[in-house]
Amino acid sequence: MAKIKGAVVVNNDRCKGCELCVVACPADVLALQPKEVNDKGYHYAYMKNPDNCIGCASCGLVCPDGCITIYKVKL
Amino acid sequence: MDVNEIIKPENLVYGKPRLMNDNAMHYCPGCSHGVVHKLVAEVIEDMGMEENAIGIAPVGCAVFAYNYIDIDWLEAAHGRAPAIATAVKRLNPSKMVFTYQGDGDLAAIGTAETIHACNRGENIVIIFINNGIYGMTGGQMAPTTLEGMVTSTCPYGRNVELNGYPLKISDLVAQLDGACYVTRQSVHTPAAVRKAKKALRQAFENSMNHKGASLVEIVSTCNSGWKMTPDQANKWMEQHMFEKYPLGDLKNE
Repeated sequence: MAKIKGAVVVNNDRCKGCELCVVACPADVLALQPKEVNDKGYHYAYMKNPDNCIGCASCGLVCPDGCITIYKVKL
Repeated sequence: MDVNEIIKPENLVYGKPRLMNDNAMHYCPGCSHGVVHKLVAEVIEDMGMEENAIGIAPVGCAVFAYNYIDIDWLEAAHGRAPAIATAVKRLNPSKMVFTYQGDGDLAAIGTAETIHACNRGENIVIIFINNGIYGMTGGQMAPTTLEGMVTSTCPYGRNVELNGYPLKISDLVAQLDGACYVTRQSVHTPAAVRKAKKALRQAFENSMNHKGASLVEIVSTCNSGWKMTPDQANKWMEQHMFEKYPLGDLKNE
């Protein structure tokens, strides 16, 4: 079976740390930064488990600020 | 495979729509407005109508919509967006005209404009963001506030004996002969976002085919006004808002 691997790029400056992408992710890839904050003081999202990503774009669809870009390859 | 090898333009699946510009949005974290803005930008881009789309911004949280989507916009007085959209569409029938309104704007002060514009069958699209509260002014009770829902002006919950019943404006509009498409959608899950995008696309196509007025209600959250986290607000909406405002097409002709 062809394996699919995805990657998520979060625009850290735009992210407001609402956590909706973390909840929407079916593969438990994303999390909010536990300590680091961006210029506005929000704990932005990042790929905690990058190996799990399947590039389904669920996080990007629910992101209210359009800060998520998704890439996908078939291996 | 390394993440950096995947991140290449040819592997792109999804990103911020081209019509959405880089201004940081003033909405609270997790606000549904952002998702709907994104969908509007995507649909206009997909239809190739960026040169012909004219949006009417409301008064309310979405008042700065013109800062975020790179098309032509007009700003209306409170509640009067459908009246301005009528004029714009009648003078420029080839343009794609839509209003973007919240429940304080559309269902309270603008009820008359909304109902008469739909009743006249104006070829416009009305996007109605229903979060059951006046978000911008500090979470006061709106006509759409649910029975028993706590807001800053009804701290013991909405009492129907004193404040009346929640107004289901989409159901009202669905009774009118001038309205061709009335639907109620939401944007809380990826599947719901995809459905809402389809509904918006159909509404915009109806307006270009001169079929009449289309109203797309998006049942939304206002996590700041509801005093919840964005995730809690989505769950609360599923449990309580959908009971009073069930999703689906109310009219599709």
